[in-house]
Amino acid sequence: MLTIQELENIKKSKEKLVAVRHHRSGNVPNESGYKYQVLVCGGTGCTSSGCKNVVAALKEQIAKHKLENDVKIVTTGCFGLCALGPIMIVYPEGTFYSAVKAETIPEIVEEHLINGNPVRHLLYQQTVCDDGSIKSLDETDFYKKQLRVALRNCGVIDPEDIEEYIATGGYSALAKVLTEMTPDDVVQTLLDSGLRGRGGGGFPTGRKWAFAKASVSDQKYVCCNADEGDPGAFMDRSILEGDPHSVLEAMAIAGYTIGANQGYIYVRAEYPVAVKRLLIAIEQAEKLGVLGDNIFGTDFSFRIELRLGAGAFVCGEETALMTSIEGHRGEPRPRPPFPAVKGLFGKPTILNNVETYANIPQIINKGADWFASMGTETSKGTKVFALGGKITNVGLVEIPMGTTLREIVEEIGGGVPNGKKFKAAQTGGPSGGCIPAEHIDVPIDYENLIALGSMMGSGGLIVMDEDNCMVDIAKFFLEFTVDESCGKCTPCRIGTKRLYELIDKITSGKGEMEDLDKIKELCAYMKSTSLCALGQTASNPVVSTMRYFMDEYIAHVQDKVCPAGVCKELTSYEIIPEKCRGCTLCARNCPVNAISGKVKEPHVIDKEKCIKCGMCMNNCKFGAIVKK
Amino acid sequence: MVTLKINGKSVTVPEDYTILQAAKEVNVEIPTLCYLKNINCIASCRVCVVELKGRPGLVASCVYPVAEGMEVLTNSPAVRASRKMTIEMLLSNHNKKCLSCSRSTNCELQRLANDYNVDENRFGSEAPRYDIDDVSPYLVRDNNKCILCRRCVAACSKVQGIGAIGAIARGYKTHIDGAFEKSADETTCVGCGQCIVACPVGALREKTNVDYVWEALGNPDKHVIAFTAPSIKATLGECFDMPIGTNVEGEMVAAIRQLGFDKVFNMDVTADLTICEEANEFIGRVRNGGTLPMMTSCCPGWVKFVEHQYPEFIPNLSTCKSPQAMFGAVLKSYYAEKNNIDPKDIFVVSVIPCTAKKFEVTREQVNKTGDFQDVDVSLTTRELGNMIKNAGIKFAELDKEEFDNPFEIASGAGIIFGATGGVMEAALRTAAKKLDPNFEGVEFKEVRGTEGVKEAEYTINGTTVKVAVASGLANARKVLESVKSGEKEYHFIEVMACPGGCINGGGQPCQSDSVKNYVDLKTIRAKALYDADAATDLKRSHESPVMDMLYKEYFGEPGGEKSHHLLHTSYVERHKY
Amino acid sequence: MYKEPAVPFKGTKEQEQELLTFIDANKDEDGVLMPALQKAQEIYGYLPIEVQTMIAKALDIPLSEVYGVATFYSQFSLNPKGEHRISVCLGTACYVKGADKILEGIEARLGIKCGECTSDGKFSLDSTRCVGACGLAPVMLVDDDVYGRLTVDMLDGILDKYRN
Repeated sequence: MLTIQELENIKKSKEKLVAVRHHRSGNVPNESGYKYQVLVCGGTGCTSSGCKNVVAALKEQIAKHKLENDVKIVTTGCFGLCALGPIMIVYPEGTFYSAVKAETIPEIVEEHLINGNPVRHLLYQQTVCDDGSIKSLDETDFYKKQLRVALRNCGVIDPEDIEEYIATGGYSALAKVLTEMTPDDVVQTLLDSGLRGRGGGGFPTGRKWAFAKASVSDQKYVCCNADEGDPGAFMDRSILEGDPHSVLEAMAIAGYTIGANQGYIYVRAEYPVAVKRLLIAIEQAEKLGVLGDNIFGTDFSFRIELRLGAGAFVCGEETALMTSIEGHRGEPRPRPPFPAVKGLFGKPTILNNVETYANIPQIINKGADWFASMGTETSKGTKVFALGGKITNVGLVEIPMGTTLREIVEEIGGGVPNGKKFKAAQTGGPSGGCIPAEHIDVPIDYENLIALGSMMGSGGLIVMDEDNCMVDIAKFFLEFTVDESCGKCTPCRIGTKRLYELIDKITSGKGEMEDLDKIKELCAYMKSTSLCALGQTASNPVVSTMRYFMDEYIAHVQDKVCPAGVCKELTSYEIIPEKCRGCTLCARNCPVNAISGKVKEPHVIDKEKCIKCGMCMNNCKFGAIVKK
Repeated sequence: MVTLKINGKSVTVPEDYTILQAAKEVNVEIPTLCYLKNINCIASCRVCVVELKGRPGLVASCVYPVAEGMEVLTNSPAVRASRKMTIEMLLSNHNKKCLSCSRSTNCELQRLANDYNVDENRFGSEAPRYDIDDVSPYLVRDNNKCILCRRCVAACSKVQGIGAIGAIARGYKTHIDGAFEKSADETTCVGCGQCIVACPVGALREKTNVDYVWEALGNPDKHVIAFTAPSIKATLGECFDMPIGTNVEGEMVAAIRQLGFDKVFNMDVTADLTICEEANEFIGRVRNGGTLPMMTSCCPGWVKFVEHQYPEFIPNLSTCKSPQAMFGAVLKSYYAEKNNIDPKDIFVVSVIPCTAKKFEVTREQVNKTGDFQDVDVSLTTRELGNMIKNAGIKFAELDKEEFDNPFEIASGAGIIFGATGGVMEAALRTAAKKLDPNFEGVEFKEVRGTEGVKEAEYTINGTTVKVAVASGLANARKVLESVKSGEKEYHFIEVMACPGGCINGGGQPCQSDSVKNYVDLKTIRAKALYDADAATDLKRSHESPVMDMLYKEYFGEPGGEKSHHLLHTSYVERHKY
Repeated sequence: MYKEPAVPFKGTKEQEQELLTFIDANKDEDGVLMPALQKAQEIYGYLPIEVQTMIAKALDIPLSEVYGVATFYSQFSLNPKGEHRISVCLGTACYVKGADKILEGIEARLGIKCGECTSDGKFSLDSTRCVGACGLAPVMLVDDDVYGRLTVDMLDGILDKYRN
């Protein structure tokens, strides 16, 4: 059994090691015992870019130069800047290497780690000033406006080492709760903090816990929704990969508060790295005694089990998730009864998502006022967004609530690439909607997003430019919900399909004006009548694109034109004879042999054969092919 | 108690009521499709949605609990628009071959479509997506008509505890079928047909054999016999919109005769014969240390259930054939001989409230009379009703007629065979008399009633008999498990697969949810049988003159050699998964 | 609708033992069906009727229930997969960057549709929802290897790597 004193001792022993990493400006005295600490991102994005080779090369070079006692290599979770991966930071300076290749490691080791000269040409160029001096990462556009609460440890600690988590204050919130606070105190703190669910609806977390606490039962459960299903969002994955213990600690706090001794984390099987790190974290936590029986010598016991999802978006819905943990088809159940009364295995249950949990230990440690000081009137704290689509800095950002979309897109995100124009941002995934350019200055919080016809959702934020067709985007999300509807209730099962067919009719150039009325009618019907949130929100992408881009719908229906040139049936490719040099490149790249012509003579496209894949245009070096 | 307002009307109801129940109290009808009281409460069809003042969206009244001060609108514009759209959605992927559908005019979706003036094609009409499965001898599945209410799934898994069918795949591709889309008879399906009577539309129906019957009736060389099971008289009237529970025995006999059958016999007679054999077998088992508890074997759904799920209990099943099978054997042996007819020229049609009987007639273990099927065709109540309509017979106006000789008169014991507890009571009447010739009692009320499991203990002449009666196979499972674990000890167990027994069988007329959810079909139908029993003086099977005749002229004695060959059967173990 | 796989089931006694041992160890836990199916797919690569029947038997639940769950979740496969499994991410971030073109490109090159397996059993092709590598969109996976920032002309080279 671990005592609070022992926890404190672990913290002290590792504090200095980790402290230096929290300050990217390098202005903290380095008392870590190492000359350098090299942090390599081991998140899924960087793993895909080849960070494992980087780590291997690093180890090899360190061994070669016998630097083991001077340099510590740490594989961390996500830094956020996935597009620049593999990513590597060297402390104490906090120099930031991007797109690191194994081949350049010997140079970095010799020049930087041995000779003390950062290799400027390999650094993230935004951190290299014109005068050759090196900026801190926190001063770059990407990080400047961010405020890391939920992600505070991601990219800072080694997620596979519980002691590094403890060094940052980990598990002290649990200790405080167990020894100094009553369950009512915890609920009150959460209520005062203003924390709202980060997974979708934004329900006040404190109220949720209070309900479950009030239910009387011999058994209760604490569940964590880590089945991040929004395609294009990976906030939760990054937290699980980068800071798994923060979730475990928060779940234990929840268990104490509502009177549960068992927790379940329902995590996507498609997140193998997250699953692995969670398993390691649970094992270490149990071994140390911060999970298990009589935690910190109290009579509170708490265990956590992992359950893997199997690829069903609907399991992000709370009752479906519980049905799935129970071993059934993940079909939602009608509410009431609410999970706080009758949830998992028929017992009172609370379910929060990963990001919500990740906030809680800090709220306990730093107090409700601290948390409530961030954000807007109704939305406190920060929110993590997965920034993607047509944006320069693709990655993970955490911003205080109330930050404007413009700040996110133009400053943090670095704007829309290739000189294209920002058209809209989609938030909330398949349940959300789009925010058009005219509302780019709206401060982001729960209420504002809903007023605009979108929603916070779990935090996917996809940027679209003038080349994206909004009808096509609506169709994309509907295709997703048709596929992911559980099939239980009529409005969602059949409604999504009929809605998809109507939109497909429009993008195929066969739409009629009365179809638009039918679409509106169907959308309203699905929203009012569906059994669960998936069906109730499935029409949002359609409603919101119709609200802001009705002209595009009408162009498709009346003029049979896709203004963005995306919908295949409404576009055609032509070769401008004057520009064509007859290089034959287009003909050779055409997958269906639809292009003919003699060498050095203008070519022609057979429109009957053409499948409008755009390969010819992409390959033409003379701009001779146009899409109409 | 809580007080709420429904369409402005105040009503006070218990706090565990749903809005649907509360609405019923103030005579407000809310349509339902997926909801079956106590069986299927999943709120999936969304037809029963209502508006709650102050709450966005609509809620499913079938499961939504009432609350103090709640204001419910069941007929607001939003509610009507939503319901209409739900019906349109269902119709958009429903195979709307209503004219030729077995459920036309008795279809819950059709009724709603009419009530809500729905344009059936506004959201298109897609081509059938599923093959019709008519491979098994008793069940036809047309998933192109399925509305995915899952009432059949609940009937199979919750009521019957079998789970031969379930929801498969997801989203728009969701469909109901056996595992790996196997046909019913390749699964653990016992053929009870509870899924059919649960189905609100024509997606499930019995495999009809009516054409064979018409063909036989038109063949002058065939001697065509019909016999009707005890419960048909209590339910056939429902096919002609007569009040539930009307005893129509006289009209039924007249109608069958008008259809052109050469003979119309009463199966209550072979129910008596079953009792003679079964009571004898039971006493023998008790006296000779045979396998106990003995379990009845007249229900083919139950028998197949044991064969699939509890093969270890096969020795406990009575070896007696069911009354249907006995009748087939009697007709093609005794009756054929006596009347000098080649049994191959006899065409036997049973009318049974059951779909499992369609399977039973094909069992090789019951067809031992010759190299033919003892019963050629087994019809459901619904099929007979259909034939009568087809022949243009005005059923309700028919003069009552009587069954043909010699299988006309039956005891009250034979009559009550159609309700849960009836076989047990019939057996007890005979067994008690055999154990104690002075025993005069004929009413064993402890085993009556529609409860799922009933237990009783009787001491007759020093012998104590512990009995259990179960209906609905989920209940049967409970009883078997309690026997298996040693928790309970019985001498005799009666099981009928369908809840309430044959009066609620899978071959009985389909009643819509608007009836089933509010009317206790089982009790009302059973009452017709118990009333008929009360009206007859002949109470015990073995005292029937027909039994006397059969044993004297042909079978000798219960359990004798001829009985053994013609009236008893055997069972086989079947796969459980 | 279930289509029987062209390849007959080739499970071994050892595989069956591994599965049964797993189920036996976890039998008393609530909701063990999903983990059992996940384990079975890990062992056999897919979930044919033989395997699902084993699970139904071991857990003493109806086969229809096993099948209902197995067909609900997209992770479970009733058909054997190719020697190399290709999955193209169709998450939003990848989609807006042209993931559909990548999928079409592979379909054209392998002559199969998404969800199918090549006749030589070499490749099977599926789409997936967001592997969480949005920074590299569009992305595809071949077995456990992630390929990001894809363009159609990279496909031949990638496929060739797995052809031999």
